Amino acid sequence: MTESLERPRVARSAFSRSVLGRLLRHRSGSLGLVLTAFFIVLAVIGPWVAPYGPATPDYTLLAAGSSSSHWLGTDAFGRDTFSRLLAGARYSVTIGLSATLIGALAGGIWGVLAGFLGGWFDNVSMRLVDVLLAFPGILIAIGLVTITGPGVGPVVFASAVFGVPVFARLARGSTLEVKTRAFIEAANALGMRRLGVMARHVVPQVVAPVLVYATLRSGSTLLVASGLSFLGLGVQAPAPEWGAMLSDAQLWLAVQPLMAFAPGVTITLAVLGFNLLGDGLRDVLDPSIRV
Amino acid sequence: MLRYTIRRLIQAVPTLVGVVVLIFFFVRALPGDPARLYAGTDADPATVEAVRQQFGLDRSLPEQFAYFVAGLSRGDLGRSFRANMSVTSLLARHFRATLVLASIATVIATLLGVLLGITAARRRNSFIDLSITSASVLGISTPSFFLGILLIYLFAVKLRVLPVAGNVSLKGLVLPAVTLAVASLGTIARFARSSLLETIANDYVRTASAKGLSRSRVINKHALRNALIPVVTIVGLQFGFLLSGTVIVETVFNFHGLGWLLIQSVEARDYPAVQGLMLVFALQFIVINLVVDVLYGVIDPRISYD
Repeated sequence: MTESLERPRVARSAFSRSVLGRLLRHRSGSLGLVLTAFFIVLAVIGPWVAPYGPATPDYTLLAAGSSSSHWLGTDAFGRDTFSRLLAGARYSVTIGLSATLIGALAGGIWGVLAGFLGGWFDNVSMRLVDVLLAFPGILIAIGLVTITGPGVGPVVFASAVFGVPVFARLARGSTLEVKTRAFIEAANALGMRRLGVMARHVVPQVVAPVLVYATLRSGSTLLVASGLSFLGLGVQAPAPEWGAMLSDAQLWLAVQPLMAFAPGVTITLAVLGFNLLGDGLRDVLDPSIRV
Repeated sequence: MLRYTIRRLIQAVPTLVGVVVLIFFFVRALPGDPARLYAGTDADPATVEAVRQQFGLDRSLPEQFAYFVAGLSRGDLGRSFRANMSVTSLLARHFRATLVLASIATVIATLLGVLLGITAARRRNSFIDLSITSASVLGISTPSFFLGILLIYLFAVKLRVLPVAGNVSLKGLVLPAVTLAVASLGTIARFARSSLLETIANDYVRTASAKGLSRSRVINKHALRNALIPVVTIVGLQFGFLLSGTVIVETVFNFHGLGWLLIQSVEARDYPAVQGLMLVFALQFIVINLVVDVLYGVIDPRISYD
C-alpha cells in the first residue's frame, strides 16, 4: 500500500495486475488458468516434445496397453498414443481457441454495429440472429462443415459461426446499455463524430463482457469442434485431432480401452480448464453475466 | 397472458420464414449430386436424368422452393430419397424414440440437478458443496461422446449388465439417457445452487430467520419456491439443448432417433429428409422457448407481460 502511494502506477497496468491477482486467489479460477496455460503451451511445443512421431507406426505393438516405452499404449496402427495426444494439441486446442476468438470478434463487431447504428440494420440483424438461434448450435456447425467439406479450416469456420449469433446478441445488448450513459451524450454534445464515439467510447465498454463470455464459451466451442471430428465430419483420420482419435478408438474399445480413454480424458481436462477459467474470470470481472 | 402468447406467436412468424429459407438453401448447398448418387455410380446419363426428374431436381431453384413451400402449407414434407416413404412418416417413425430419450434425460437432469443444487446451497462452502460443484463442472466439461463410450465400456463390455443400444427396450434407453442427462444435470445443479443462494440473501428471508424460524423451515417455506422459478427457464432451455445433443449421443449408441437420422440423411444427401429434420429441430426449439416464457409468468405472478 505504502509503495503505491510513493510511486503511482499507470492505471491500466494496476488494473490488469489486480485481475490476474484476483484470478489467482480464486480457487477454481486459478486451477482453470493453470490448466488452460498448460494446454496452450502444449499446443505450441507438443509436437517437439513427443517421444515418437504422431504418424510413426510400430507394427510389432498394435493396440497395446500402457508400458514403459508407450506410456499411454498404442493405437490400431501401433502409433504411440501419448505422442499423438501431444501433437494433437496443436489441432484441438488451436481450433477451439481460434474458433472462439473469430466467433467473438465477428459476432462482437456485428452486435456493436447493430446496437450503435440501430434502425433497419439493427432490425434485420436481430431477425437474422433469431433465425440462427432457432437452430440448436451444433446443427449449424454440422451443416456448415458438411457444405465446406472436412479439414481444419472448415472446422474452425463452422465452430466460429456456432458462436456468432450469441456474441452478436451479447455485444448489441452491452452497446445499447452503454449508449444511454452520460459520457456518450457528452461526446456527442462535444461534436465528436459518430464513428469516433463508437470506436473510442462504446467499443472499450463492450470488450470486457465479450471477452469474459468468450472465455466461458471456449469450452463448449472445443466440445463442438472435437464433436465434429468425432462424427467424421471435421478433421480427418491420420491427423491426431483428439475427437478423431476417440472416434477411431471406438471400434477397439473391447480390445484396448486405453486407446479411447486417453484422448477422452485429455479433451475433458482441456474443456474443464477453459470452463473453470471462464467461471473465475466472470466472478472476478463481471459477476452480472449469467450463462 | 393470452395477448402475450399471441404476440409471441406473431413474432415467431418471421423467424420461421427465415428458418424455412435457410433450410432450403442449406440443403441445396450440400456438395454432391443426389441424382447421380441414387442412380448408381455406373448409371448412364439417361437414368441419372430420370432420377433427377423423379426427385424434382431438374426444375429451377425458385420452382423447387415454391414446391417446397406449397408442400409445407399442406403439411407435406415431400418424399424421402433414401427411404421409400414420405418424410412425415419417416420423421414420425423416429420422433418417438428421440422424444422418449430426451424426456427421460430431462427428468433425470432436473430431479437430480435441483436436488444436488439445493443440497450444495444449504451446506455452502462445505465439503459436500465443493464435491457437488466440482462434479457439476466436470459433468459440463465431459464430451457426451466420451461419456457414452465410457459407459458402454463399463456397463456393456465389462459388466455386461446393459445393452449397448437399441430403442427396443427400456434397458436400451438407460445408457443413452444418462449420457445425455449428465451435462444438463451439471448446468441445472449449478443454476439451482446459485439461485437459492441469491434468494437466501433477500430481506424477506432474513426476516423469516429473524422471527425465529429454523433454517430448514426458512429455506423450505420461504426461499425454495422463489429460488426455483428461474430454474424453470434453464430446464426448458436444457430440454432444447438435449434434443440437439441427441445428434451425437444417438450416433455413439447407434440409437435410431432423429439425431441419428439427421446424420444418415445428410450423408445420403436425402434433401427432403434433411429439410424435414432441420425444420423439426428448429420448431422444437422455437416452441420450447415460447412455452418457457409463457410458463414463467404462470409460475411467477410478479411478472407481468404488458
